[in-house]
Amino acid sequence: MDLLTDKKSTFALLRKIEALARGVPSPVRVMEVCGTHTMTVHRHGLKSLLREAGIEMISGPGCPVCITPNAFHEAAIELVTGREGLILATFGDMTRVPTRRGALRTAIPAPGSSVRIVYSPEEPLALAARESGREVVFFGAGFETTIPSIALMARKARRTGLRNFAVLSALWTIPPPLRAILESGEIRLSGFLYPGHVTAVIGLAPYAFIAREFGFPGAVAGFEPADVLLGIISVLEQIRSGRPAVANTYGRVVRPEGNPAARAVMDEILDPDDSRWRGLGLIPRSGLRLKRDYADYDAVRKYGLDLAVGAEDLPGCRCGEVLRGMSEPTNCRLFGRACTPDSPRGPCMVSFEGACFVLFKYRDVAHG
Amino acid sequence: MDRVSLELGSGGRTMRDFIARTVLPVLGNPRLRKLLDASHLPGGMAFTTDSYVVDPIFFPGGDIGTLAVNGTVNDLIVSGAVPRFLSLAFILEEGLGWASLERVLRSIRRASRQAGVEIATGDTKVVRRGQGDKIYINTSGIGRVVARPKASSARPGDKLIATGTLGEHSLAILLARGEFGLEAKVRSDCAPLNFLLPLWKTGAIWMRDVTRGGLATILSELAAEIPDSIVLEEEAIPLSRPVRAAAGLLGIDPLYLACEGRAVLLVRQGRAGQVLSVLRKHPLGRRAAVIGAVDGRVGRPGELILRTTAGGLRLLEPLTSELLPRIC
Amino acid sequence: MCLGIPVKIVELDASGELGKVDYLGTKVQTSFALLPGVGLGDWVIVHAGFAISRLDEEEARETLALLREIVENSGEPEETAGLP
Repeated sequence: MDLLTDKKSTFALLRKIEALARGVPSPVRVMEVCGTHTMTVHRHGLKSLLREAGIEMISGPGCPVCITPNAFHEAAIELVTGREGLILATFGDMTRVPTRRGALRTAIPAPGSSVRIVYSPEEPLALAARESGREVVFFGAGFETTIPSIALMARKARRTGLRNFAVLSALWTIPPPLRAILESGEIRLSGFLYPGHVTAVIGLAPYAFIAREFGFPGAVAGFEPADVLLGIISVLEQIRSGRPAVANTYGRVVRPEGNPAARAVMDEILDPDDSRWRGLGLIPRSGLRLKRDYADYDAVRKYGLDLAVGAEDLPGCRCGEVLRGMSEPTNCRLFGRACTPDSPRGPCMVSFEGACFVLFKYRDVAHG
Repeated sequence: MDRVSLELGSGGRTMRDFIARTVLPVLGNPRLRKLLDASHLPGGMAFTTDSYVVDPIFFPGGDIGTLAVNGTVNDLIVSGAVPRFLSLAFILEEGLGWASLERVLRSIRRASRQAGVEIATGDTKVVRRGQGDKIYINTSGIGRVVARPKASSARPGDKLIATGTLGEHSLAILLARGEFGLEAKVRSDCAPLNFLLPLWKTGAIWMRDVTRGGLATILSELAAEIPDSIVLEEEAIPLSRPVRAAAGLLGIDPLYLACEGRAVLLVRQGRAGQVLSVLRKHPLGRRAAVIGAVDGRVGRPGELILRTTAGGLRLLEPLTSELLPRIC
Repeated sequence: MCLGIPVKIVELDASGELGKVDYLGTKVQTSFALLPGVGLGDWVIVHAGFAISRLDEEEARETLALLREIVENSGEPEETAGLP
């Protein structure tokens, strides 16, 4: 599989991209909507190579930690500091998001309460079964890749009658914000790079409107350097031929119909919900929440949390604009000065997939 | 920051800031300000100290005792000194099993014999249960100076050589903690680096052991001290299968993982072949490789640059935040 | 974080829902609850502990063939410069 990662492929593909880009109006701006694509582009030093080939890569709302508004993080802090005997389980980077109430990892839990970092949604459920005397709340943020497994845990909890388990869910679906970005017209884009693994779950159909209604090109791409470049080639070919489509350049993993079993779990347990995204605001049916039958397992209902308040970002933070593709992280006055991975001022500098973190960690070198 | 955070001890930027902004203004003197792994003292002696708080205290490939000897010994070796004497101070938690303590002592005996050092003085304190975690060790070491490392004499073309595969120590510890649900055959690389001592005479101008912060952190510190940039070749960096697997499965970056028995050497271009063949003859140096060079053309002075397997170039930063596995 | 590496199923319990995958000799516990019908020896993509997709080996070969063709037509030298 070396061809997917080695420089022979990179340079051959870049040459092809350069030739294709010459035949289309510049600038060619491709938005990647997956934090891992952002990582691939920067971690392998492709950003400046692509710029030289005539392609500008723009990061979109592809990081679930980043687009989760502070209201969720503040609610999680409220739970673990305000309730005794409660374990708040969450993914590592969620504990570092700064809010007006501090961050989860520096919060001082109530007596008998604690914050626990987990790697898979299965762990908090196992924890709840083990620690029957304590409440376990899983604070899970994710896109369609993680959502089915979180939904599965809620189902498992209900089936096994586990009463001390609930989910504070920040579940986001990828296609609605793409519509919001295209409708707002704030930013001139040439095409989308669709997230490989989200699409492995939802299939190609949910993006069909983008080609049909907006006449806008896009390609599903994988995560190796050559995968990303193949996706960009497909976008360029669509622009040149004037035939926008939802192309699949990650056929080894993505089926056109997605993963029916995972989709069925989502449909069975979750309902679409109008949700508020950091930076993008309220987007109709862009989130998912547990159905009424699962009210006992929904932390919002179980503990009467209010997610409509406290949604403000810290002063000066421009994560919202970064998430819309409106601003490069380097345009932010805080970037690299007041805001670093050691002392982040916003979630985009926290998450391993956040555009600010990735840019800070994987800075480009001017080619000499 | 108004309280000490765990990040302060991670060996990354936060720690360097702490030393520069908090420690040196109070305690700085010309010798301390050099911030070397070991200080050269009058009379041809080198002096170093280190504390060991590893959790768990026993792990595949070693324990806190082997670590306490090898870590201090290696700091002397990469500072150009032959290790001679160690001090050994224990802080024990009330209730620690006697068998564990004896096992650690035997490891210390074995490791100090292997490294050719004598335990010359020691101390033992016990703290109440919960006020420490089983066992902490401090060792200080004295060595005889045989070479003066000189990073500032680096010039374009000088080669960087890694003495072996990187990151096994960190990974062995993570797995011994039972994190991630990974099963892998990985042992800590913990070992004394005495076999590097002859290389001070055959072309090595600078050495560092690759400990906390990993290769990227120690080489960014080197890059900051020299008048040129450093370019590393990603595909030349030796990695074992378990480390490559962990990198792939967890998204951990091996360039930031710690070792306890590996070093990076800076050697003159013309000596690289010779140094490499000496290293490869030793069991601990079989996977030694040239991983990069001081570069006069790419990037700006002081930058550490990685040429990726995909052919791109990017800057490497010192370790910033603690290593958390990535997940979305 | 999406890990793009295909891993091989090396253990599977009777329910077919829990097992282990292997990558370069390292094994990790994985749930197959979202991917019914997989068997030992299948290659899958795992996300946060759950297998979410099976690797299509035919498609993988096609991608590699396409890449080989692009490399051959580009006139890039077979071996690009590494370390001197």
